[in-house]
Amino acid sequence: MNAWLNRYIGAPTLFGLMGLALVLVGVLQSWSLALTIAIYCVIGAIMALGLNVQWGYAGLFNVGLMGFAALGGIAAVLVSMPPTPEAWQAGGSGIIASVLLSLATLAVALLVYKRMRRGRARMWAMVLILLGGYLITRQFFDPAVELIEAVNPAATGYLGGAGLPIMLSWVVGGFFAAGAAWLIGKITLGLRSDYLAIATLGIAEIILSVLRFEEWLTRGVNNVNGLPRPLPQEIDLQQTAWVQEWALRLGTTVPDLASITVKLGYLGLALGVLLLLFWLAQSAIHSPWGRMMRAIRDNETAAEAMGKDVTGRHLQVFVLGSAIIGVAGAMLVTIDGQFTPNAYNPLRFTFLIWVMVIVGGSGNNLGAILGGFLIWFFWVQAEPIGLWFMDVVTGTLPAESWLRAHLLEGAAHIRLMVMGMILLLVLRFRPHGLIPERSERPHSLRR
Amino acid sequence: MSFLIAAHMTGGYGGSDILHDCTIAVEQGQIAVIVGPNGAGKSTAMKAIFGLLNLRHGQVRFNGEDIGALSPQQRVLKGMGFVPQTHNVFTSMSVEENLEMGAFIRRDDIRHSLEQVYALFPVLKEKRRQPAGQLSGGQRQQVAVGRALMTQPKLLMLDEPTAGVSPIVMDELFDRIIEVARSGIAILMVEQNARQALHIADKGYVLVQGSNRYTDSGAALLANPEVRRTFLGG
Amino acid sequence: MEDILNALALLTNFVLLPAAAYGSQLALGALGVTLVYGILRFSNFAHGDTMAFGTMIAILFTWWLQAQGVNLGFLPTALLAIPFAVLATVAFVLLCDRWVYRYHRVKKAPAVVFLICSVGVMFLLNGIVRFVIGPGEQHFADGERFIFTVVQFREFTGLEQGVSFRTSQALTLVSALLIVVALFWFLERTRTGKSMRAYSDNENLALLSGINPDRVVLITWVLAAALATVAGVLYGLDKGFRPFTYFQLLLPIFAAAIVGGLGSPLGAIAGGFIVAFSEVLLTYAWRRVFEYLGPEGWAPEGLMQLLSTDYKFAVSFVILVLVLLIRPTGLFGGKSV
Repeated sequence: MNAWLNRYIGAPTLFGLMGLALVLVGVLQSWSLALTIAIYCVIGAIMALGLNVQWGYAGLFNVGLMGFAALGGIAAVLVSMPPTPEAWQAGGSGIIASVLLSLATLAVALLVYKRMRRGRARMWAMVLILLGGYLITRQFFDPAVELIEAVNPAATGYLGGAGLPIMLSWVVGGFFAAGAAWLIGKITLGLRSDYLAIATLGIAEIILSVLRFEEWLTRGVNNVNGLPRPLPQEIDLQQTAWVQEWALRLGTTVPDLASITVKLGYLGLALGVLLLLFWLAQSAIHSPWGRMMRAIRDNETAAEAMGKDVTGRHLQVFVLGSAIIGVAGAMLVTIDGQFTPNAYNPLRFTFLIWVMVIVGGSGNNLGAILGGFLIWFFWVQAEPIGLWFMDVVTGTLPAESWLRAHLLEGAAHIRLMVMGMILLLVLRFRPHGLIPERSERPHSLRR
Repeated sequence: MSFLIAAHMTGGYGGSDILHDCTIAVEQGQIAVIVGPNGAGKSTAMKAIFGLLNLRHGQVRFNGEDIGALSPQQRVLKGMGFVPQTHNVFTSMSVEENLEMGAFIRRDDIRHSLEQVYALFPVLKEKRRQPAGQLSGGQRQQVAVGRALMTQPKLLMLDEPTAGVSPIVMDELFDRIIEVARSGIAILMVEQNARQALHIADKGYVLVQGSNRYTDSGAALLANPEVRRTFLGG
Repeated sequence: MEDILNALALLTNFVLLPAAAYGSQLALGALGVTLVYGILRFSNFAHGDTMAFGTMIAILFTWWLQAQGVNLGFLPTALLAIPFAVLATVAFVLLCDRWVYRYHRVKKAPAVVFLICSVGVMFLLNGIVRFVIGPGEQHFADGERFIFTVVQFREFTGLEQGVSFRTSQALTLVSALLIVVALFWFLERTRTGKSMRAYSDNENLALLSGINPDRVVLITWVLAAALATVAGVLYGLDKGFRPFTYFQLLLPIFAAAIVGGLGSPLGAIAGGFIVAFSEVLLTYAWRRVFEYLGPEGWAPEGLMQLLSTDYKFAVSFVILVLVLLIRPTGLFGGKSV
């Protein structure tokens, strides 16, 4: 069966089926919905691509995706929102002082680490320096935070951003994520896969905690709404003449057409980014650098014996993959128009993207993208399909029945169960995923 | 009919064959030793006899029975004891617990066997509560052998028992092995220290590239000028 | 003198008791994780949601019992539900092993595959729990809430600060102690328990000794499911039940297991308390304690809180990373990285 699948259902067919599914949504539900789904599919695919770069090129088991995506998201806020002058006046200096003090503390600690000899004395010295530095920094930090958050908390209560065009954040988000990845990678990349998984899970939690609770920076759980839009708003488009004209010609309503046009625009942008990143990733893997990465991946011990700096290469891959995820995170927030820390749910983010990578084709860029499309599509449609299914199943029950209400409510959770089943089934029956990696041995899921 | 006869063994770990038409036999109460250069297939032959790898050709008969189809655990039940070369003790468990685990397949009272092992290896009785991982190399080997003895085997197979062990400890170990053989247990041993091993051997098998080159009593092999020249350094 | 007693009372009420209870809950959770790691040799990411599943069954059973008018007096009715919840969870977990993990075990798949499988199981459990009982908070504790309240304590001792001792805390401490003693007795003194330790220590040698791997695997899952259920119910009685919370517990539980040394039951317990106490100590507002212990009339500015309580999970994580970098085998030398 596997051989048959491999021969007759290649990548083009699967992508074609995907396109067909979207078209069906457009016809059966609405074109606006189909386009929205498509946009998020593309973003999901980009995240899957980033993850696949880490997993497929270097076998890194990163379960901290959510954190990097959130960093990309906050980049969108910090780049595009207007700064809050009163907040800067009130607490800006305090924050800057804190940052400088923290850096100084770290620098001193690092100096001590390098200069002193190993042993108890050095350990205690570092603990004291770090603790002392932390406490002193807090003296400046805490009052500054209070002052900032007191500035018009309902609308701002934070430092604001840089007021630059939001599309810039797509690049900045990548850098944020890359920077964090570099730091984290330096510390944790020597660890074995399950340990790396737990460590990255923890990091994601910490990043999210910072974003949730440092209101002076991110507004925390008050969320940041009304991010500037890179493309014209639908409401504005509805006023323009050509939209009204075309609406008449095509036989749709003006709001519909406006919405579709805007969404097509976003889809175009997203697809552009996806294609660019895909092209870059593919070029990388076929370059000498890519060949070396694959050599390391296939036989790490041999590569190390030959003098390749395995950890260094892993760090490169980790940073690159995280950068891609950061870009996707920024895109997501841009298109949503708002930054909601609480929306970053590890199941919906990190683990869902893992399912995408595994189902699509572990270790294979094209597979990851396909997986991204498929799984996201399924995730979104599972709720309405589940509801419809439940409706049919419970149709026989009286309308007031508790069971019926309960089942309908629970329809949303069925998709979690189904996602789990899909992952388990794929791991068992088709561990290479839908688009297996060609020629080379697929990465470590099979022995 | 020998007590253990592994005849015309041919096979390996999958790809190519390591053993070529190799035959090993041991009698009860006898010490048989397998020696030879590195890569000769000595350990492979022993593992084949124990069932740790499949033979393409050949037969293994133990106590009159053809045991070729049995798994290693089943062969343990039939009376074969096996002491691997490495990782042959439970390092996190005490000496006594190691011995208890050795007797795991037995359902009867093991205290008598325990006392027998302690009589054979008095130092183990001293350190019975210590984790096996904390013992010296020689003592660990004693635990490993003791563990295998707890199943009351009729044949005891040892894979390079004196590897990495000092000469004095090696002598002691060989003394113990002789005692074990005297109690009627057949011993089959693969050894790197060919000279000392052949000294205590009733039967010696010199293997080269997976087949029998010389087969004779230990003393005869030691006296054989060719054997001395090629394997024993003159 | 009275100041010192007051400070002690504060510490007991806000640090000692809560940390001890939380530590016991983490210890039980970490025990389950460490057993699975030591014997089945993979990190089970589904453990948190297994706890949620077990607690969910217990809750449903408790509600049914409560509806029947059954209660246990001052103890929570949920205690009666625990055995049934354990049975249900064991059944589920064994089915998972049979249908999911066993295939990969036979194929000798690398540990990463099991981990990804456990992610799939996690999704499944997440969906099941939310589908059956919903994602919101559920209350199922009944019986006496306090063994003695703050007010009672203050009246009894005449101190300014009071200590309250909740039934759920007492239950947690007692149950954890009993379970740990029983578990250690099983592992150290019974033939089966020793065979499991042997299997965890050296799989090949264990197989050679005739230890039946299927039986060992079975018992491991049974123990892990039982520990998860009990830990989950105790946590739920203490702090309320919300499915998402159990997923979040994964991090401190793994931190505890790793700190103690993956594969070492003693380590899991020690780790549980270390993580719990660290979390509480680092996020406690020490101001009032310093007020009592410092000179008369002196009060420190600010709350004297090292870290905001929001960063609780950061503490587990930092401990985890420190241990992984400095001493990867953990305190009690489990399996190394």
